[in-house]
Amino acid sequence: MNQRGFLKQYGLPVLTGLLVGGAAVLLTLLGNPKNMGFCIACFLRDIAGALNLQRAGYEAELGSGIVQYMRPEIVGLVLGSMAIALFKKEFRPKGGSSPMIRFLLAVFVMIGALVFLGCPLRMVIRIGGGDLNALVGLAGFIAGILIGIFFLNHGFSLKRAYKQSYAEGMTTPVLMLLLMLVLLYAPALLASSRSGPGSMRAPVLAALAVATVIGALAQRSRLCMVGGIRDAVMFRDFRLVSAFLAIIVAVLIGNLITGSFKGFSFADQPIAHTDGLWNFLGMTMVGWGSVLLGGCPLRQLILAGEGNTDSGITVMGFIAGAAISHNFSLASSAAGIGAGPVAQTMILGFALLAAVSAANLERVEV
Amino acid sequence: MIDARGYSCPMPVVMVQKAVKGKEPNKLEVLVDNQCSVENVTRYARNSGYQVEVSDHEGDYKLVLRK
Repeated sequence: MNQRGFLKQYGLPVLTGLLVGGAAVLLTLLGNPKNMGFCIACFLRDIAGALNLQRAGYEAELGSGIVQYMRPEIVGLVLGSMAIALFKKEFRPKGGSSPMIRFLLAVFVMIGALVFLGCPLRMVIRIGGGDLNALVGLAGFIAGILIGIFFLNHGFSLKRAYKQSYAEGMTTPVLMLLLMLVLLYAPALLASSRSGPGSMRAPVLAALAVATVIGALAQRSRLCMVGGIRDAVMFRDFRLVSAFLAIIVAVLIGNLITGSFKGFSFADQPIAHTDGLWNFLGMTMVGWGSVLLGGCPLRQLILAGEGNTDSGITVMGFIAGAAISHNFSLASSAAGIGAGPVAQTMILGFALLAAVSAANLERVEV
Repeated sequence: MIDARGYSCPMPVVMVQKAVKGKEPNKLEVLVDNQCSVENVTRYARNSGYQVEVSDHEGDYKLVLRK
């Protein structure tokens, strides 16, 4: 490949990765929780809290749980993607590709992510922050992706999507816009943490602006953590995985500059636990489920911004999964895994993934 | 002719891969309905030694792969 071809292929994904990593460090400096500058699972979980779908760690004297906040980052990602998609004529409302299955898969992807404590994006950010537990998560994530690829290669598909109306395609962006307006002009309507990770936040407009730029870039570069490893394994295509590596490099350098890098270790990492088995299995569920869904949680937000209502349903599934996760004490904390029926739920989740994988095999007619 | 309209990534590429691997047809037509799939199929086809031509097809995209 000549130099121009190389730049054309890898330039945008690497640039996006570097900026995502930079944004994560910047948002942490501005107030977001450590190693959580940008985490789709955590922020959707906070939104579930803002809507009072969960009140984990509720403290009566403060009147709030510890993970409740209407995160502007999620709004920015969806609206940034929508804006650039409209501009580039890529806003194409479509949906109807197994919506109920997608919803259920999303519930368990979120449950797995909260067992590990982070989506694939936060996993990468944690690796760049020196958290070795995230490497165990990465091993599980790759294992999950390989299982998913096995089924893709044997004809797995959630079937066709069909063109939808403009109004249907706009549902997720409009919903996000409305939640943003409520946060700005009537915040008392939303629950809001006064302690814990949900109370640690970058200023609203800064978070919104940064995420809007990232949303637009992610739409252009098709950034996807699952897609990166999947395409490298299936097609020897390393375009997206280059963004994955760029995020790690940017976060590592950013943390070194800001002095928050304390070396690589397992113990005492911010909002992380050291239970290797569950770090591995949590991310296995995320990897497998995300391959079946066709993309990681970040990618689902970007697709929802492009008018893909299957991804919109998936985002709703993530929010429902976060609520279930916290209401049944399945989510982990720095102290370790949750006190609820974590093992039983994970077995149920893997059984669901296996059933969905096996039930949707078809011969690809050529 | 592969009709991959409505399928999300990576399905269109998987369908093309199945048609190309081991069979090496001289010409293959592929229909997709989004720009991301156009890029992914094009990249895969070029890496497999095909030249790719993209044209409009009733508001969707038609890719013609030639050896």
